[in-house]
Amino acid sequence: MTDPMRVRATLMGDRVEVKVLMSHVMETGQRKDIDGNIVPARYIVKVAAHCNGREVLSADWGPSISKNPYLAFRFKGAAKGDKVSITWTDNAGESRSDDVAIA
Amino acid sequence: MINNRALWKAWLLAVGVMVPWNTVNAESSSEDAIAEYRAMFGDDNPAELWLIRGKDLWQQRRGPKNADLSGCDLGRGPGVIEGAYAELPRWFADTGRVQDLETRLITCMTMLQGMAEADILAVRFGDGDNKSDLEALVAYVADASKGHAVSLPMTHSQEKAAYALGAALFYHRAGPHDYSCNTCHGENKKRIRLQAMSKLDDAKGARDAYTHWPAYRVSQGELRTMEWRLQDCYRQQRMPQLKFGSEVAIALTMFLAKNAEGGVMAAPSIKR
Repeated sequence: MTDPMRVRATLMGDRVEVKVLMSHVMETGQRKDIDGNIVPARYIVKVAAHCNGREVLSADWGPSISKNPYLAFRFKGAAKGDKVSITWTDNAGESRSDDVAIA
Repeated sequence: MINNRALWKAWLLAVGVMVPWNTVNAESSSEDAIAEYRAMFGDDNPAELWLIRGKDLWQQRRGPKNADLSGCDLGRGPGVIEGAYAELPRWFADTGRVQDLETRLITCMTMLQGMAEADILAVRFGDGDNKSDLEALVAYVADASKGHAVSLPMTHSQEKAAYALGAALFYHRAGPHDYSCNTCHGENKKRIRLQAMSKLDDAKGARDAYTHWPAYRVSQGELRTMEWRLQDCYRQQRMPQLKFGSEVAIALTMFLAKNAEGGVMAAPSIKR
């Protein structure tokens, strides 16, 4: 069960500024719980952003990215109303996609 | 030739004046850094994730009674959340006691949705995947008071009594360190390590602090509420664990909220 991301995309001149807030524990696998057992690693390994059928951002992440990651990026070649979709995949195979129309 | 002694004196005076000014600013430079950090986040406070979940929880039909929270009265009428947090804690006729937002939400979830109080309290403070519904609902309701001024007319005798109790507790020294709230929060411009301490029995200090809770606490990676803040203060003082939703917790909240009256709510905010 994954939680929704908060995605915002705004057209600024000829670039689209996208801001994403993802809900993910980003557990490094180094922490121990109260009983001394390692809390298993669970973190996003891949982030991809698509717009108008083309991939505009691709990222390989690891345990150094913090909990509830915030990502902001800009790209060219889109207009108001176009849909930007963001997808993350974690090391446990879980995945989440959310999209927004460019404002 | 310039009188060296006069020049030397002038230079000393200049340096002498500069040095204390810099030391005073050193205390607030960490706050400036935090303020910059907040500004960088702007609209993208991770608390938004709790707002999304809180809205869902408020609107979904849940619990054995399969009801949503549209009938929940937070003091401004059933289902009205706009400005409600800015008027809490307050006395409620149906429960006959003064309640803060958390205890009022528990009342609504148990009475309207048929949930068990113990189940709700089991996850009163979230931890990663172990999410707290209460924290999400507090974030959602508090957000609807953003921009509203804190207003606590305290017309009911129990409200006045809660304030008086809160005030007494604020100054009461106890525990192994003989601390009171006033020990850390009794003077302006003090800090513990890099955390600034507001003077909380003072209107300005109380407003600065109270209007920014609930908040996304970066060090916790969670959204935290006033009840959390109070029990964490008690933990830091090495006092016995503060019971969630107890008369003490509500009285202290009433004291802080009333002192903060007139302050404009800015919650949920972001904190270190």
